[in-house]
Amino acid sequence: MSPTTHAILNFVVTWWVELVCGVVIVAVVPLIAGYVVLVERKLMADMQARLGPMRVGPHGLLQPIADAVKLLIKEDIVPDNADALIFWFAPVVSMTAALTSMGALAFGPAFQVARDINVGILFVIGVSSLGFLGIILGGWASNSHYSIIGAIRSTAQLVSYETAGGLAIVCALLLSGTLKIRAIVDVQQHDGVWFVFLAPVAFFTYLVASIAETNRAPFDLPEAESELVAGYMTEYSGFRWALYFLGEYSNMIVVASVATTLFLGGWLRPFPNVHWLNWLDFLPALLIVLVGVYCIHRAGKQPVPVQTWFMWAVALACFAVAAIFIAPWIFAPLKFIVPGLNGAFWFLLKVSAYIYIFMWLRFTLPRYRFDQLMHLGWYILIPLAIVNVFAVGVAMLLESEFGWNRWLALIVTTVFTLAVAFFLVYSHDKRTAAASSATVDTTDSYAG
Amino acid sequence: MLDSILFYFFAGVAVLSAALMVTRRNAIHSAVFLITALMATAGIFLQLRAEFLFVAQIIIYVGGIMVLFIFVIMLVRLDVAIHQIRFRMQKWVAGLVALALALEVTVILLLARRLPGQGLLIQGSAPADKLPPNSEELAKSLFSSYLLPFEIASVLLLVAMVGAVVMAKNKKRTNES
Repeated sequence: MSPTTHAILNFVVTWWVELVCGVVIVAVVPLIAGYVVLVERKLMADMQARLGPMRVGPHGLLQPIADAVKLLIKEDIVPDNADALIFWFAPVVSMTAALTSMGALAFGPAFQVARDINVGILFVIGVSSLGFLGIILGGWASNSHYSIIGAIRSTAQLVSYETAGGLAIVCALLLSGTLKIRAIVDVQQHDGVWFVFLAPVAFFTYLVASIAETNRAPFDLPEAESELVAGYMTEYSGFRWALYFLGEYSNMIVVASVATTLFLGGWLRPFPNVHWLNWLDFLPALLIVLVGVYCIHRAGKQPVPVQTWFMWAVALACFAVAAIFIAPWIFAPLKFIVPGLNGAFWFLLKVSAYIYIFMWLRFTLPRYRFDQLMHLGWYILIPLAIVNVFAVGVAMLLESEFGWNRWLALIVTTVFTLAVAFFLVYSHDKRTAAASSATVDTTDSYAG
Repeated sequence: MLDSILFYFFAGVAVLSAALMVTRRNAIHSAVFLITALMATAGIFLQLRAEFLFVAQIIIYVGGIMVLFIFVIMLVRLDVAIHQIRFRMQKWVAGLVALALALEVTVILLLARRLPGQGLLIQGSAPADKLPPNSEELAKSLFSSYLLPFEIASVLLLVAMVGAVVMAKNKKRTNES
């Protein structure tokens, strides 16, 4: 055997798990993103008293696949005066950044693509923020005013809100004392409490900042339809547009996973150390069986026979998944897969809940004006986040050096932070009231 | 084997994109090649098991500074600025700086060859997988033995930030009056 083939074989033998997981991520995440879009459309329809997509498959279940095929075979238009090379690869940058950062995430105690690197959480945040390069370059390369204004807005928004989000993450890292993703969750299990209860203000700051970072309503200024057509994506069509879209939705999954890991206890079930709640371990199987039963219940009411069959198929798939969950309880040697499966279930449930909050806010709140967005970021969120880092640090000092009760220390500092928050909001309101009564032209230079 | 392939890949990308960065006419293209050069350097850091440096390079340089660079390039009309005289002098200054840098590197390399076991060569380094996690190590040395330089650097950055804010404010006031 030549040394080259030996080296390649050696590489494959050492890294095959990571390679397979990488391929799975690239193959599955776009599909998941497509279904997140469907869920979003369905939710929007529900909140607006409509039905939403109903034509393709029962209750529109095949709509994402139809959309993907449509986008794939659509003509790929490159504007004449666009910078062709950058125009081509900008969407790829967006998409690659989101997918790469998923590599370091842990979706359960047993599901992690990369090995648990020492700087896991920083890697995720750093690489996912590279997606903005794709947005900026795409907006610039389109050589169109709408695109470039959208790109500039998104840069300004990113710079403002990444600071607040980063400071919120610092609070959770202070509490956990490590950057390793698994170790962060282990600390939450050891302490018996999710960090969201220890640092609620930090969680709120991260929630707001993550909505702004993923360019979603009410902060979707970079692609505000009523002002900018479609922002940085205006000139894109077909599959490149789909890549941007996938990047955006993958990014949503990434920020939701980061929030779940840092603040919501990762793959831990509620009260992981309370033994009389151990029946919660059966909940995943039970919930999936209930979904299957509901599908059978709906199957009889479908208008077309094909849809009835499809509903039965979905129900059977649910039962099959439930069987995998139940199998270890019947067949004892399979017991080792229980923590992995349940962990993945709870993790995905929390991520879905977080994304649901995103959608709920989108359909509830009107879009901010750009100067309001900047004021919220710079005058309120960033000072609040800095004060909060200080407060969490003081609470930890009080606990370790002065022997205070942990909860007492945290409640005192949280109340202090909230007081600062009220003061910030109050003084900002006063300032804007004074500015509007003075009728000075307060045009913000950031506003596009 | 794999290590050297990866190293030559990253090094090649870094050198090539650095050369392209200097030679491109279009400022945005230059910025893009600067980004690839920085990323390739980050890859070399990772290969040296300096994972904290790798992430810091990506977050600070690629994610922060380069985003601002591109932001500024898009807002400033470079095709106008490029014709201004004071940018023409750059050719000579850049040539001199490059020459000085080349001399410096040559001297270091020669010195390293003269003194075996010193200079650039590190003896008795720990095997890569036995190294302690370097974010912790970095924090320990920054906050114990190098606390004073660290504090001085942060004060310097704070002063620079305050200075930038003051300058921006002053300009706005003169514009309004």
